[in-house]
Amino acid sequence: MNGFRTGLKHAIPIGLGYFAVAFSLGIIASNAGITAFQGFLTSLLVNASAGENAAFIAIKENASYLQMILIMIVSNIRYVLMSFALSQKMDPRMPLIHRLVLGFFLTDEYFALEIAQDGYVDPVYMYGAICFASPCWALGTAFGILMGNVLPLNIVSALSVALYGMFMAIFVPACKKNRIITLLVLLSFACSFLLSRFTSLSESHITIVLTLLIASLGAIIAPVEDEDA
Amino acid sequence: MHNIYLYILVMTVTVYLIRVLPLTLVRKIIRNRFLRSFLYYVPYVTLAVMSFPAMIDATIHPYSGIIAFLVGLIASYKDLGLFKVTVLCCITVLVMEYLFAAIR
Repeated sequence: MNGFRTGLKHAIPIGLGYFAVAFSLGIIASNAGITAFQGFLTSLLVNASAGENAAFIAIKENASYLQMILIMIVSNIRYVLMSFALSQKMDPRMPLIHRLVLGFFLTDEYFALEIAQDGYVDPVYMYGAICFASPCWALGTAFGILMGNVLPLNIVSALSVALYGMFMAIFVPACKKNRIITLLVLLSFACSFLLSRFTSLSESHITIVLTLLIASLGAIIAPVEDEDA
Repeated sequence: MHNIYLYILVMTVTVYLIRVLPLTLVRKIIRNRFLRSFLYYVPYVTLAVMSFPAMIDATIHPYSGIIAFLVGLIASYKDLGLFKVTVLCCITVLVMEYLFAAIR
């Protein structure tokens, strides 16, 4: 099967999850007075769930443009880490244009697909995934704005776990092959739970803090050999 | 009152720079062993942190999320793949939410 079609197929769960999350995002956007077209455009260009959520709230509160920049940096800073990690999964001989395009579409979910591949990332495979899932994200936002309360709540609830199911399908099989990854994953669960329950840190800040700490711990106690990374 | 399209432009440019700068500036394979190891572990830790407890907070009833989380762990452990694991999690939540609604 060619890369593009494989990408399309692998993006089905992402598209479903995107639609559900974007739909609930659309409800927030409509509360901020954003039209379906503006919501569609925002999702098409920004591709960030937590970031867009914070941005719509800021628009509702009539924030300044400088505040908007700060909000976007804070809520999306984890992508610096992902972008850094992804730079090592790209063929150094690949034309720059692919990095510029894949950088535009660097989301948690596409990142998951990229690191699940063996060896270097195949851009054509990613374009297949993007062609299916990104329209779902933009359309989901528009639909959420247009008819926020039409879809039954239990359907929205079911769709909203799609993304996490996909994440698990990536890190759990890696645990089977590597005991250190198992240890780090269990530690991540425990710390993430504690920080979310007992501090007021936002989800994206918890992600950054724990990624820095726990991945460093892994690098100290079990540095990888050349063939592993 | 601010212009909505200017807001969208500001958001787009800021987010793009965050995502594309490391990816385009670091074009070589990193030799430093600590950095290589750190970046090797980053994806797994990030995905694990983002999944839990967010998954159990995403559903109407936390118990449907907890059960879907366990189903997802077992299904992924059995190497069912992205699509099947995801669908199983969604169906689990749907069934559980129906049950909880029926009990109440």
